[in-house]
Amino acid sequence: MPYLGSEDTVRELRRALSNPNIQSDPLRYRNAILKVIRAMSQGLDVAGLFSEMVKACATVDIVQKKLVYVFLCSYATLNPELSLLVINTLRKDCQDPNPMVRSLALRNMVNLRLPSVVEYVEQPLTAGLRDRAACVRRVAVLGWAKLHNLQPHSEIDGAVVNELYGLLRDPDPVVMVNCLRALEEILKEEGGVAINKPITHHLLNRLEELDVWGQCEVLRVLQRYRPQSENELFDILSLLDTSLVSPHPPVMAATLNLFLVLCPDLPAVSFAALERVRGPLLAACGSVSRETRFTALCHIQLLLRSLPGLMGAHYKRFFCGYAEPAYIKQRKMQVLVELVNDDNVAMLLDELKGYCTDVNTDTAQAAISAIGRIGRSYSDECLEILTGLLGLKQEHITSAVVQTMRDLVWVCPQCSDTVCSALEGCEETLQDSQGRQALLWLLAVYGERVSSAPYTLEGFIDGVRREASLGVKMELLTTAMRLFLCRPAETQDMLGRLLHYCIEEETDMCVRDQALLYYRLLHCGMEETHKVLGGRRSEPSLGVLIGRPAEPISQWAYSFNTLEPLKQGGVETEPTSRESPQHVTFDLNNDLSDALNCCQIEEVHSGSDGSSAEVLASSVAAPLSLSLSPALSPEEFERLWTQRLELHAEKGADELEGQDYVCLEERIRCPAIPHCSPQSLQAAMQLVNIQTLAFTPHLVTPWRVYLYTHTQLAHCGGAARRALIVGELLYVGEGGQSAGAVEKGEADEDVAGHVVGSHGREEEVKVTLKQRPRDEKALKGFLSILTAVLHTLSPESSSIHTQEHCTRLHSHKLNPL
Amino acid sequence: MQHLCFPRQSRGDLHFVHVRQGGLYWVATTTADSSPFTVIEFLNRLAALVKDYCGSLSEKSVQVNFALIYELLDEVVDYGYIQTTSSDVLKNFIQTEAVCSKPFSLFDLTNVGLFGAETQQSKVAPSSAATRPVQSSREQGGKSEIFVDVIERMSVVIGSDGVVMKTDVEGEIRVKCFMPSCSEMRIGLNEEFSIGKSQLRGYGASVRVDECSFHEAVRLDEFNSSRILRLCPSQGEQTVMQYQLSDELPSAPPFRLHPTIERDSGGRLLMYLKLRCDLPPKSAAINVCVTVPVPRGSVSVSQELSSPDQSAELKLQSRAIEWNIPRFAGGTQLSALFKLDASALGPAPLLEVGPVVLAFELPQLAVTGLQIRFLRLSPVQPGPSQRWIRYVTHSDSYVIRV
Repeated sequence: MPYLGSEDTVRELRRALSNPNIQSDPLRYRNAILKVIRAMSQGLDVAGLFSEMVKACATVDIVQKKLVYVFLCSYATLNPELSLLVINTLRKDCQDPNPMVRSLALRNMVNLRLPSVVEYVEQPLTAGLRDRAACVRRVAVLGWAKLHNLQPHSEIDGAVVNELYGLLRDPDPVVMVNCLRALEEILKEEGGVAINKPITHHLLNRLEELDVWGQCEVLRVLQRYRPQSENELFDILSLLDTSLVSPHPPVMAATLNLFLVLCPDLPAVSFAALERVRGPLLAACGSVSRETRFTALCHIQLLLRSLPGLMGAHYKRFFCGYAEPAYIKQRKMQVLVELVNDDNVAMLLDELKGYCTDVNTDTAQAAISAIGRIGRSYSDECLEILTGLLGLKQEHITSAVVQTMRDLVWVCPQCSDTVCSALEGCEETLQDSQGRQALLWLLAVYGERVSSAPYTLEGFIDGVRREASLGVKMELLTTAMRLFLCRPAETQDMLGRLLHYCIEEETDMCVRDQALLYYRLLHCGMEETHKVLGGRRSEPSLGVLIGRPAEPISQWAYSFNTLEPLKQGGVETEPTSRESPQHVTFDLNNDLSDALNCCQIEEVHSGSDGSSAEVLASSVAAPLSLSLSPALSPEEFERLWTQRLELHAEKGADELEGQDYVCLEERIRCPAIPHCSPQSLQAAMQLVNIQTLAFTPHLVTPWRVYLYTHTQLAHCGGAARRALIVGELLYVGEGGQSAGAVEKGEADEDVAGHVVGSHGREEEVKVTLKQRPRDEKALKGFLSILTAVLHTLSPESSSIHTQEHCTRLHSHKLNPL
Repeated sequence: MQHLCFPRQSRGDLHFVHVRQGGLYWVATTTADSSPFTVIEFLNRLAALVKDYCGSLSEKSVQVNFALIYELLDEVVDYGYIQTTSSDVLKNFIQTEAVCSKPFSLFDLTNVGLFGAETQQSKVAPSSAATRPVQSSREQGGKSEIFVDVIERMSVVIGSDGVVMKTDVEGEIRVKCFMPSCSEMRIGLNEEFSIGKSQLRGYGASVRVDECSFHEAVRLDEFNSSRILRLCPSQGEQTVMQYQLSDELPSAPPFRLHPTIERDSGGRLLMYLKLRCDLPPKSAAINVCVTVPVPRGSVSVSQELSSPDQSAELKLQSRAIEWNIPRFAGGTQLSALFKLDASALGPAPLLEVGPVVLAFELPQLAVTGLQIRFLRLSPVQPGPSQRWIRYVTHSDSYVIRV
């Protein structure tokens, strides 16, 4: 961007540069050139001085040379013809006895970036590779890479490549690393420099001569190496062990990255490496440079996805400093949420509470939502804080609290009582649309429990004309409808007014269409409306029992030590389905969501066989029907389940009379089940109305799934008998079979002697079920459905295996406990 | 606003990574998905190099020394690849002399004694002494000097009941060397210095840190026996040792606060703060700034402070009272009474007060107790040379809940 008056400046500079008096005085000449460079840095267009600067190039003063080269490299592409004049001077400099002059000339000759000078450059570059001085060789090696970049389609000169490979053995470490870099660029199309065993070992042996940057480069290139034997692999790893705890974060990160790439099949080694870097990573979190702190925090978040316990003891290191910028505080809070446990929860919440009144509203809101996340495991303590915050009557705090409560209630329906009583009076403080939308959602779902709900709603409906937010209007319509379903007398009038306004006066098509839809729905009668609008109140896939599953390292290893983890918003800490109920509110129809799940499952298994849908369909068509309502909360499930285990433990003693339980243990052959992803398993189960409550992480043994359903068997007598089934699927894995049996202990013993198929026990999933009240026919029906689902999901299983399972009811199966 | 922004932006395939040092943004662009640790560490190192070569880091010094910085960049990075960042290697290549930008400051005048009295005998090096370019030592005029700084940053959280909930100290020993002929130096630490939690400690005044790491140039052959670090210092600044200590400080935290907050009949908020400094009586904290967040709607404050050199004012933007104490001697206590007028207080204003944050500097004191016993240079320096050992503890984040 040329400044005004740049012509005057350029003219003045030209006069100074061509003044013979100045030219004869080295100091004054250098100062004149300095002025040109200054003008250039400030954005002035000084391209017109090119020929004067070319003349100034021929000098013995190195500082002046350097300045001129800065100028020439910036403007050479604009003046390719004039630039050729410099080549002679540069080529002469390449013969200079002073190595500094030689390297300077060689570097800048290539930096001119002119395709026309290539022919003049090749000879000095070849000579440069064999120069005595290391600094010239460094420049020459990289020069070849630049040259290749200048003519990307030219043929690669085999002799040069060979020479570069030879220079990997150069005594100067920087020359060696530059060779790697140059070969990577030149041989890009062949996949980069060849990393074979001798080169790898050579590089590893010279690692400690290199500086931080060279080490990082070598470690990155070595990621492509595949050790030929386990012994070699461990030799390499032990050699790298010191780099893993390097005080320099770049070396530490590059080494860990190499570890993760080299041993994807040795999780124990990878986990040990993660433990090793804990110290250096924590140190980086306390670094003076806040950018380093931030980067370290982002990477700790990655590590925690696989090793949730990694930083447990060090949670205090993640307390926010007062003066830290908001982006660091938010990351720290995200980490703190992951570290919460019974011992530190009080301390952590106390700390987070302090951040809720932060001057920075983003920080305050992040703290509030962090408390909400902890509330999924420690709801009472967190709700107390959240309701306390409502007392402050501050706009942004109230809004964040209401949104947090909405998200909390969605996964923890047991919190709803407290939330409902806290909601009264919030609407006065709420200003922003996000907060009001959350309030409306809560009123829609728990309207019958909030006594003032109709009044609040009336306030909203009266103000609908002034309402600017589309989201609030849509939410308002749904809320008015759902509230009408449970409290028709109080809301009929206002619903009428709202629908009238939205249909007659509203200009936005989305709102109008939705109003029309609801209006017509009401015409179909209350029952139909109920069916459509009576959506879910809580997330169906509650994972509270085991918490967030630890992911395998491979899930994130590819993004480790890249810019990816630094992305705004951070790593996605959980599957979207659990994020917020907001996205599900319009997904009101259960059938619809089931249909979606169905699509999903077919997509997942489109590679296997086409019969999956049929099998599922046939199992659903059995006289037995399964249903998910009433929903079972995780706490309830846990209670029922542990009760079952206790009973089991006591079973040798007195038989408990009067209980209507039945327990069943069963083995189903379905080899690939534990390899199928939790999402597809869950989707498949939901398709036949079996709810999965909790999973162990993917590919972890022993692998467990907890599930429940209600069976309903149509009896000839007319009245259907309903029973609740809770169950566990257990797969102890190939290697861990014996260990698993010990761990399972007593529960496993009574089947230990049981004869199973000729394939042994390796590929079986153990199913433990408990039904109340007892209904064996339904239980067997359920088992066959479950078996069908599992077989459908494991692609290797063939139809022959379907019936090849051995059933064994407990000895006391016929005498209810 | 920039100051709060995120250290990475991207535009299509091009990523911008920046760090902030010395009030300047140092930006790198990268197309490949390169290591963020490397890019950020490099930018920090580059800033440190520029500081070493220009003497100080500011917009002014960058403007004055643009030629030097071009030259530096040319040697440090070639074709996007980092070549070297070692100041020992670079000093052979860098030819341009730094232009010193010496801002006129009244503070510098304090070093001039009355009637030209000898000020060099003062035991404390002037704080500006170390801000000079490395290369000036090459000339005759430059004094050969060496500075060894022990710098600690503490972050503390004290609960409302006065219980210390967290203490963290991050410390480092930094050497600034302007002594071209120095080939080796030995730094002796406290003999009773120990690393790690598990080590048994005697009853003596032991100094302990949890974790400790050293610059790769440091040789530790005498460290285990007599706690001596040996190194060949390169010109300019380098961090020789970094250490860190959590939760167990050898002494009590330096400040305690006893607040009394109530509402008076006129709806005003009365805050009576008693602040105690528990440092040893000989030392003192300087530049203490106490920040007390106040409720929304606060309009003005009237104050009663215990001495005239203190000051306090209400910052509406950050919604806090800032109480400045230039010097706070150990073993003393200060008090302040703030009466806060508010236009519209929320229903629970007392909840909105706090937590109180202190920022301070403790000169000549390392809270971990780390000391440098001796500093020996070899070969023995001819002519006048000066060795400075300085200690300072900064507050990183000192929070007292109320």
